[in-house]
Amino acid sequence: MCDCNCHQNYNLDTLVPMVGIVTDIRQETPDVKTFRVNAPEGGKLFEHKPGQCAMVSVPGVGEAMFSITSSPTNKEYQEFSIKKCGVLTDYLHDLQVGDEIMVRGPYGNNFPVDTELKGKNLLFVAGGIGLAPLRSVINYVLDNRDDYGTVDIVYGSRSADDLVQLKEIQEVWMKAKDTNVYLTIDRPQEGWDGHVGFVPSYLSELELSTDKTVLVCGPPIMIKFVLGALTEMGFSKEQAYTTLELRMKCGVGKCGRCNIGSKYVCKDGPVFRCDEVDELPNEY
Amino acid sequence: MQEIISRLEQLFAEGKINRVLGWKKGDLAYNPEVSYFESAEALKDFVYDGFCGANLSKYMIQGSALEGVTAILLKPCDTYSFNQLIKEHRVDREKVYIIGIGCKGKLNIETIKAMGIKGITGIKGAEIDCACDELTVETLYGDKKVAYKDAMLERCHVCKGKEHMIYDELLLESADTLDGDRFAGVDAIEALSPEEKFEFFRKELSKCIRCNACRNVCPACSCRKCVFDSNKFDSEQKANVDPFNESMFHIIRAFHVAGRCTDCGECSRVCPQGIPLHLFNRKFIKDINEYYGDFIAGENAEEKGPLTNFTLDDMEASERR
Amino acid sequence: MVKIKRENLAELYKLISAEKSLFVPAKKAGQTNYALYGADTEVDLDTLKTVKSAKELFFPQSETLYNVKTVDNKYTVTQAELQNEEFVVFGIRGCDLKGIEVLDKVFLSDPVDSFYKARRENGITVALSCNEPEESCFCTVFGVDPADAKGDITATLCGEYLYMKANTEKGEKLLSDCASLTEAADESEVADEKAKIAEILKKLPYANLSLEGWDGTVTEEKFNSPVWEELYKPCLACGTCTFVCPTCQCYDIKDYKTANGIQKYRCWDSCMYSDFTMMAHGNNRTSQLQRFRQRFMHKLVYFPANNDGMYSCVGCGRCVDKCPASANIIKVIKAFSKEVD
Repeated sequence: MCDCNCHQNYNLDTLVPMVGIVTDIRQETPDVKTFRVNAPEGGKLFEHKPGQCAMVSVPGVGEAMFSITSSPTNKEYQEFSIKKCGVLTDYLHDLQVGDEIMVRGPYGNNFPVDTELKGKNLLFVAGGIGLAPLRSVINYVLDNRDDYGTVDIVYGSRSADDLVQLKEIQEVWMKAKDTNVYLTIDRPQEGWDGHVGFVPSYLSELELSTDKTVLVCGPPIMIKFVLGALTEMGFSKEQAYTTLELRMKCGVGKCGRCNIGSKYVCKDGPVFRCDEVDELPNEY
Repeated sequence: MQEIISRLEQLFAEGKINRVLGWKKGDLAYNPEVSYFESAEALKDFVYDGFCGANLSKYMIQGSALEGVTAILLKPCDTYSFNQLIKEHRVDREKVYIIGIGCKGKLNIETIKAMGIKGITGIKGAEIDCACDELTVETLYGDKKVAYKDAMLERCHVCKGKEHMIYDELLLESADTLDGDRFAGVDAIEALSPEEKFEFFRKELSKCIRCNACRNVCPACSCRKCVFDSNKFDSEQKANVDPFNESMFHIIRAFHVAGRCTDCGECSRVCPQGIPLHLFNRKFIKDINEYYGDFIAGENAEEKGPLTNFTLDDMEASERR
Repeated sequence: MVKIKRENLAELYKLISAEKSLFVPAKKAGQTNYALYGADTEVDLDTLKTVKSAKELFFPQSETLYNVKTVDNKYTVTQAELQNEEFVVFGIRGCDLKGIEVLDKVFLSDPVDSFYKARRENGITVALSCNEPEESCFCTVFGVDPADAKGDITATLCGEYLYMKANTEKGEKLLSDCASLTEAADESEVADEKAKIAEILKKLPYANLSLEGWDGTVTEEKFNSPVWEELYKPCLACGTCTFVCPTCQCYDIKDYKTANGIQKYRCWDSCMYSDFTMMAHGNNRTSQLQRFRQRFMHKLVYFPANNDGMYSCVGCGRCVDKCPASANIIKVIKAFSKEVD
């Protein structure tokens, strides 16, 4: 069946969450905050792999799936970058350091960092909050730098104020070995002297070689155009991975909500190779 | 039935209609389904018999979004719902051609099955052209005879009458089916002690599986977004841990359709658990009649309902009986 | 094999229920559903199909998963107690039993659902043969033999007697617990009844329904078919089919606020409902056509793809009986075979 490790941390049923403590909150952008979470006794709630998700909940408010944005190589805590866009996320954005939340997971598959991606030149393409799942992989790769080839990161957002993890991008990623970071924003903005334009067109302009494995994450419309651009550049669908996001309740492939074709996005995804995505009914 | 088909074919030929909203033959003796017929040829599957109880009015909400004119077949009682939908601006009168069709009472397969009749392979006597007052139910376990009246939907026993409240043309004759007192059921419950009433409602409502069929079929429940579909409330949509919340659904719904419910009886017809949901609505109708004078929702498409209209003659709440 | 006189069944119920929770098809306010046996229970073995299937005894319509107590903004989580006592499901039919096999594939697959598993381990099924199959039945299409349903015990009503035969250790134990009320019988005594049932099954209107063309490999062809455009139209978008279905297992997880915390419970959900796939930022199935198609594609294509060809339909025919709009899985299957012709 699935090779997930979504229940290995549990004595109780996988649907029963653990209490987590918010130990740090960073305001990334006007509507995105990154929450650092620890177990009450310190340390991490569980181990995860890059690309996996977890169910975050507040009793009486709601529960939703978020990707774990921190890398598994971080031994101290886990992080979630969360955009304010609904009842639960509104509530989360009002939390203070020291507050409790509930977390269960990790759920789903992961980017194949230990198999297919190993030794490859990697191209990360992200838009807006879509950087969250990729950040986990990027930091994992940079922490195991010798296991991978070159790293190119193309990241764009609506404006310079909407770029998440900017500090880390500038201080860590841009300085890393054999790593290029290309930032872009949708519209010109005072004080921004970087590239202006949508991610897919920037990608085409960059004329990158096609010897790379691509990891794409962002709004569905961006993913669609990025894949189009990649095809034009000569990349094949088999070279690209992306993540899908559907409504989830259980996280373990049983409640039926994220079922699409014979796949359950929570269990068989969220990471799919783009040729696999093509085989799914067009309902995502 | 051929009379209806011929007329519909003619309307297609004259270019007066683009489609027909009617009933399509089922694959059993009693399960026709609502269907849009897009051409005269498609009418080969058309049926209109005793099992065409479904009130098509509400389907015309979607129908109003379609191109061109839809011919809709409405039984006398269905026209009350249709008027109500016009009044609430949920259907477009310009896009519909109403054929008022006769009715000789609609049948309830659940009632037939409740007589212990199983393995039904055919039913004779349900045809609209048949003047018979008896059904022959063919089953795997032999033929059974059932009086037509005994197999009718509850609502037909308290029929509102043979008149169509709105139509562009009329087809077929209706029969008198009224043989009951519409408010007898309400009177009986009113006569119970509070404990007995509570017991009655618990017994009935505890069967509810929260399938929402009553709501979804109800022509008065035409809100674009139902309060029970909002996750902002605790008493939302699905089954709850608390039986009280289950009952809330039905009580709130009854309040919400009060003064607008035409007593079309679809809620009770579709309930998979046979809950007599119409009793709630009739209680409101009875009270409204007593408080504000006799009122029949859907009698026309213009008049304001008593609960949405203030008159100086309105009874004060403190004057309650 | 043992037998007990029909008129003594009440004694049997009393005996079993003295030791264990006993669930029986019971008539209440005119409808038959499974209920806990008690002194005033009206047991109804004549109604072939309970409105809700026996699914609810293993996967209840709503059940508490855990409680969260909040004190000074600190949470304490307590998992709800799992079923830890044996219970008996009396009168379950072959189709519902097969439905549980389908549910097992979902809930007992990795990661196991402990709430369901606990009920499965503690449930003892007394399966009742269907003496009078009905026109909406098509369980044989899915390989069910309604005259010989293999519960822990197979029971058959024949003449004055109910015959019972154990198929498992649990079944044998239950029969031996009831030995004071039963007498030995020979299997030949029910042979005629079984033969009679087999004859009726052949005459059922859906007996020859063909599932040809439906398996786990036909996603693209079936999904993109124009047939759905017609099929979904009568659908009222209610959840009747889902909730009476013995195999539908989609659920929702919700909060119920109590005075000092919340009760997290799950309840049956329906892919027919408009909010089923609604997220904060959108909905991937916005039309009833999509939702209608999902339900049947899941049963006839996606589920077989993941479960060695097993369909997520057992042919109980409840949707045929209960759909308020008379749209059902039979009409779906037939519409597609028409398309092939």
